[in-house]
Amino acid sequence: MTKNKIIVLREGINSTFQDLGRNNFYHIGLPFSGAMDKRNYLIANKLVGNQYNEAVIEFAYQGPLLKIEEGNINFAISGDVKFNIKKDDKLFNGQCYKTYFLSKNDEIDIISTNKSVYGYFAVSGGFELNKNFGSFSTTVRANVGSNNGNKLSKNEKFLIKDIINKNISKNIQYINSKVEYIRILKGTNFDYFSDNSINDLTSKKFIVSKLSDRMGMRLQGSKIKNMKETNIRSEGLVKGVIQVPADGDPIIMLSDHGTIGGYPKIAVVISADYDRLIQTPPGNTIKFKLIELKEAENLYKLYQMETENILNQI
Amino acid sequence: MIKNISNLGDASLYCNFGDEINQRINTNVIKYFKNIQKKKIKGINNLTPSYNKLIISFDLSLINFEDLKKKIEDINISDEDEIKNQKIIKIPICCDDEFALDIDRLSLKLNLSKEDIFKKYLDIEYFCYMTGFVAGMPFLGDIDNKLRLERLKTPRVNVPKGSIGITEQFANIYTFESPGGWNIIGNTPLKIFDQKNEIKPTLINPGDKVLFYQISKKEYLKFNDKK
Repeated sequence: MTKNKIIVLREGINSTFQDLGRNNFYHIGLPFSGAMDKRNYLIANKLVGNQYNEAVIEFAYQGPLLKIEEGNINFAISGDVKFNIKKDDKLFNGQCYKTYFLSKNDEIDIISTNKSVYGYFAVSGGFELNKNFGSFSTTVRANVGSNNGNKLSKNEKFLIKDIINKNISKNIQYINSKVEYIRILKGTNFDYFSDNSINDLTSKKFIVSKLSDRMGMRLQGSKIKNMKETNIRSEGLVKGVIQVPADGDPIIMLSDHGTIGGYPKIAVVISADYDRLIQTPPGNTIKFKLIELKEAENLYKLYQMETENILNQI
Repeated sequence: MIKNISNLGDASLYCNFGDEINQRINTNVIKYFKNIQKKKIKGINNLTPSYNKLIISFDLSLINFEDLKKKIEDINISDEDEIKNQKIIKIPICCDDEFALDIDRLSLKLNLSKEDIFKKYLDIEYFCYMTGFVAGMPFLGDIDNKLRLERLKTPRVNVPKGSIGITEQFANIYTFESPGGWNIIGNTPLKIFDQKNEIKPTLINPGDKVLFYQISKKEYLKFNDKK
C-alpha cells in the first residue's frame, strides 16, 4: 500500500510540530509548549476533520516548502498566511481556512505570515509521529517532543496517516481579530514598581523587540523602574507573566518559557488575550490595560464561546 | 503551613510558604507538591515547587481561582510528616582546570586554595530544593559558608552541558548547554536529564539528597563507556 509522504524542501524559520501542549511537567523543568495560537490550531485541525489533539506544523514568519512525495493529502492552513500551491504543475495562490486535496509531486510553498507571527498547517489524519511525555509538542530547548525534539529540517520526510475521507472540501470565512489592548492582571510584585512606571505600563505603547521567540517576548519603551529589589528568590513562572529585569525592559513569558525565574513579576497577560498577544510581530506596538480577576475570567468564557462558534461553523 | 495564597494571572495559584529560604520551609513546599500531585484534582495542569513557593496552574475552562483556592486551603498536612522515599544520589565530578572554568577567580576572591575549595564543596551532603528553569536542572543547597559568592557580572553565552555551578548558598548542574552566570567548578559525565526515559527523566528531584565525589579526567572520559 502506498504511504502518504511529504518531504521538506525548505524548512522555514521556526517550523515545529505542536499540539495542545504538555501538562504536569513544570516541576521537572519542562514548559507547557503547544501551539502558540490555540484558536488557529483548533481551526486547522477541524478543517481537515481531525481530533483536536492531532499534531500540526506550526511555522513562524516564513513557513516550509513541502512536496508530496507519495500518496495524497488533504490539508488546511490557518492564520494570516500567504502561500502558493503547485497542483498538476499549475501554480496558484492558496487561501487560508480552506481545505485542499493534493497528490504526488504537488507542492505547498508557505511564503510568509502577514502582519502576524504564527500559522498552522494541518493534514487530514495527522502525521505519523511519536508522542514524548504525553504530547506531540516540540520543546526545542529540552530536545523533547516529536521529531526528537527538533525543528523541521531540509530533506526530512514525514508520513501521514491514511485518509478516511478522500476529498474534504471545507472552508470558513474568518478574520483574526485584533484587540486594541492586551489586558493584564497585577503580578505578584506589582508594588515593587514606581507609580510613574505603573502609569507608563498602562498608558504608553511598547514595541515588540526582535529578540522574541516561543520562549519570550521582549518589549521596549518606557523603562520600568523598580523601587524595591531587582532580583527575587527564584520561583515558578507561567505563560503570560511579565517580568522586569534590572534594565527596566519587560519580558513576557511565552509557551516555551523557563519554568523558574528570578525577576520581579509586574503583571500577567490574561488567558483570553494570549493568542492575540503572540501574533504581534516585532516592530509593532502593544498597549496594556489593567483589569480585575473576575473580568479576566468572564473574558475567557467569552473567548471560549467565540472559539466554539467558529469551530461549529466548520 | 501555606502563609498566603494569591492569584498569578487568571489561571494559577501562588502559594507563599514564608519569606526565608531554608530546608524546613522548602520541605513543606515539597510535601504539599507531592500531596496535591497524588490527589489529581480536576483542572490542575501543572505544579511548580520552588524554594518557598508553590505555583499551581489550572485549566481555566475546568476550574477557577476561588474554587481551587478553597480546595487547597482544605488540605491538611502536618509539620511532622516526613518526605517519603528520600534518596541519596551520588554524582561524579571532574574538577580539572578545563572543567573548573571559574576556579582561579574563585580561589582569588575567596582567598582559598583550589584544593580547599574542592574539599569544602565535596564534604557536604546537599539537599535538592527544586528542579527546573531548563529540564532536569537541580538547585542544591546549602554550600559551605566560606564558598558563597555572587554570580558572574556578565553571564556566559554558553555554559557547557554537565557543568556544576555555585552561587550564593546554592549549587546546580547544567543539564543542557545554555547561557548562565553561575561560577563553574567542575563537570559531571552523568546524564542528569534523559528525555528518552519518560518514567524517570530526572535523576535528581525536589527533596532528594546529593553527594558529589571527585573523579579524574581519565575516569571522566571513560565514564560513559562503562555503562
